[in-house]
Amino acid sequence: MTLLGTLALWLAFLLGVWGALAGFMGGLATPPRPDLARSARHAVFAMCGALLVAVVSLEWALFQHDFNVEYVAAYTSRNLPIFYTWSALYAGQKGSLLFWATVLSVFGSLALALTSRRHRHLLPHVAGVVSVVAAFFISVMLFGHANPFQRLPYTPLDGSGLNPQLQNPGMVFHPPMLYLGYISITIPFAFALAALLSKRLDADWLVAIRKWTLLSWLFLSIGICLGMWWAYVELGWGGYWAWDPVENASLLPWLTMTAFLHSVMIQEKRGMLKKWNLALIIGSWLLSIFGTFITRSGVISSVHSFTQSSVGYFFLAFLIVAGVSSFALYATRLPLLEAEARLESMVSREASFLFNNLLFIGIAFSVLWGTLFPILSELVQGTKVTVGPPFFNQVNIPLGLALLGLTGIGPLIAWRRASLPNLQRQFAVPVTVGVFTGLVLLVAGIRDFYALMAMALGGFVMGTVVQEFARGTGARHRQYGEGYALALGRLLARNRRRYGGYIVHTGIVILFVAFAGMAFKTETEATLKPGESASIRSPYGWTYRLTHLGISQYDALNRQVTAATLDVTRDGTPLGVLTTEKRQHVDALGRPTFQPSTEVGIRSDLREDLYVVLGGVVNGTEQAVFRFTINPLVWWVWYGGMIVALGGLIVMWPGGSPAVKRAQAGYAVRLVEEK
Amino acid sequence: MMRPRNDGATECGRREFFGFAAAGLLSVVPSFRRFVPVQDTLPSTGPSGRLWDPARAGRPLDPVVAADNDAAIQAIEKQLHCTCGCNLDVYTCRTTDFTCGVSPEMHRQVIALAERGMTGQQIVDQFVREHGLTILMAPPKRGFNLAGYFTPAIVIVLAAGVLTFVLRRWARAASGVPAAAPAAPTVTAAPEELERLRRELDQLPT
Repeated sequence: MTLLGTLALWLAFLLGVWGALAGFMGGLATPPRPDLARSARHAVFAMCGALLVAVVSLEWALFQHDFNVEYVAAYTSRNLPIFYTWSALYAGQKGSLLFWATVLSVFGSLALALTSRRHRHLLPHVAGVVSVVAAFFISVMLFGHANPFQRLPYTPLDGSGLNPQLQNPGMVFHPPMLYLGYISITIPFAFALAALLSKRLDADWLVAIRKWTLLSWLFLSIGICLGMWWAYVELGWGGYWAWDPVENASLLPWLTMTAFLHSVMIQEKRGMLKKWNLALIIGSWLLSIFGTFITRSGVISSVHSFTQSSVGYFFLAFLIVAGVSSFALYATRLPLLEAEARLESMVSREASFLFNNLLFIGIAFSVLWGTLFPILSELVQGTKVTVGPPFFNQVNIPLGLALLGLTGIGPLIAWRRASLPNLQRQFAVPVTVGVFTGLVLLVAGIRDFYALMAMALGGFVMGTVVQEFARGTGARHRQYGEGYALALGRLLARNRRRYGGYIVHTGIVILFVAFAGMAFKTETEATLKPGESASIRSPYGWTYRLTHLGISQYDALNRQVTAATLDVTRDGTPLGVLTTEKRQHVDALGRPTFQPSTEVGIRSDLREDLYVVLGGVVNGTEQAVFRFTINPLVWWVWYGGMIVALGGLIVMWPGGSPAVKRAQAGYAVRLVEEK
Repeated sequence: MMRPRNDGATECGRREFFGFAAAGLLSVVPSFRRFVPVQDTLPSTGPSGRLWDPARAGRPLDPVVAADNDAAIQAIEKQLHCTCGCNLDVYTCRTTDFTCGVSPEMHRQVIALAERGMTGQQIVDQFVREHGLTILMAPPKRGFNLAGYFTPAIVIVLAAGVLTFVLRRWARAASGVPAAAPAAPTVTAAPEELERLRRELDQLPT
């Protein structure tokens, strides 16, 4: 099967090269060459088929425990659960490259198959761009010593197994979700380049990519949230975001895509910001490749990165070539990208969206700047500095709060021009809610400035969201006589983009409030013999008492477990028992494969998490060292993430005829022309 | 609802929720059959007795002392970068999974320096003298490092200034050309036509 896999990779590579040549030649030829366009389309389908064969071949080798294959020996063992054997496909550098190329070819095929006939003129170029990018990833595998089917000169009795920290359900789904987000950005990017190459820069290409941009954003959002959850429950440091370079790399395209999802509304409604939107799409895609470069090059140290290897140079070269050529093409088309309308007032929805974009891009820039600053410092002053959470928090928290404020301001300002009475009417309730929230929290004793601001601004944004829903529902109720529940349902169903967006805003508010909760984190260490207790006081005022019940050791499928059990009470009320573990993973022959890892014990409710880590034992006895942490409002991070995902799903839920979408997208253009 | 987590994969509520929900999506539920509840096959030898195999419990640890929970010591350690390659500060690294051998050594050094009467800043400076600036979790605010701290803010403020200037110019240009703003159309339709229009608009899906 590995021979079949390698042959499939070569076939996919050749098909990718042909698809690129045929696509661009077919798209640029005058007169048009539909035969070449068709051939490019078929090449993408065939490349997809070949890559799927390669994936099946690798999975076959993984499930057959063919340890003569270097990748199989490096990432699996005979006693690895099936669930994780399957996910070993993307656990390592080589397999994840194959996964990336395959998913891209699937997305490319779907884009070519599902795009409406109206956008057919763009498709040869789309096929060309998808083929180039996929062929690049395949070439890294074939020529960058990253072939997942590479064989060893000997066959080990068992493999090394999967890193224990990757043996977690969160890690099974977090990487694919992020990959799907990264990879699917290629499709909007391909349409953007197709529009530039074909000089068809009207609103049509925006209609073609609407769902794809939302899909990328949704996958990235879910992937980032799952990554936070995994870091929290698995890594044991008691937090979910550490501003690690690889975490930052996932945040960058999310920020630029979010900026695009806002600014594209201005282009659709007013025919403005054409240049900006194209630049955002190109930039988002380049940032997704930049993230891949960061993860795979080892140029910046990160706990998440793959082993340092030469593939980083491939990505750096690709990033430079792709960036220069994309923006060079963009520059040649600038005269065709003139706005069809002008801003009419500083106090307008358009202006607020522009400032919202400024903050999104500003935060993206500051994250990128902080991530690259160690390299820059080494180049300029010969000293490599560490840029950790204190730096990022100092720079980004104020920007994040400003953005949260704009989340509430934007929907309150009218399109084109807002009058003073209109502003007073719109802002009265949300501002009152925000100020009231802040005062209540002040009276309650909250003195942390950033936490207070986050919650007060959260109140303001929620005031905006609730007011928008209330006014829309009330209008339907008055106009059509619908009951309030029906009116609310129809309001949401018939304005999915607008009100789904407000649901996303609600999720973002919840996330910010949950982040603010970490300002009140409390932790302590204790050494306990069985029967001994330790206490920790919650920021809410009550006290947890944890009594060490003892330690047991047992064998599980692929690990030897040392489990400590604690009895938990809150102000004397029994809450149950909590278990935290040390795990020594072993292969099928009982040989240790990794250092012992920690499994955290977590007791969650809506207010706070009690987070217990077993540090180890003293003198080989049951006397154990524990770290106890109280993390307020953590559960709301996961709820906030789910609400963001729900809002995203509502926004992208299918519906609306192509004619309506085009009408929305070209609204301002026609208005101006008809004048 | 808290439950014991013998296996971690099957008995923790959130993991169960996330794991099964996502597994259902990918139709790989059968793989969970491997996660069977485990038996306590190797019990310890009694209350506070020796463990059957202490090596399985990771690196042997010393009992916690008061200095380990000292807020001042923790504040110093949160400024220092562990040199084990983990990207974490000394406090977080030494309390994360307790496997690192470097951060406990740095922790002991911090305590020793504090016991010699050094202030927090003096202790941090001592580490910088020994390890260089890389030992700090954030670069000091001097020299070229100031660019690190202030460039994003300066760029954003400048961009905001330029944006404001451009927007004001556009807005002034728009207000100087009255024709550019389309006048409100005069409604000449009959009430029944307006009603039909309203119904049709209402039927639009988005």
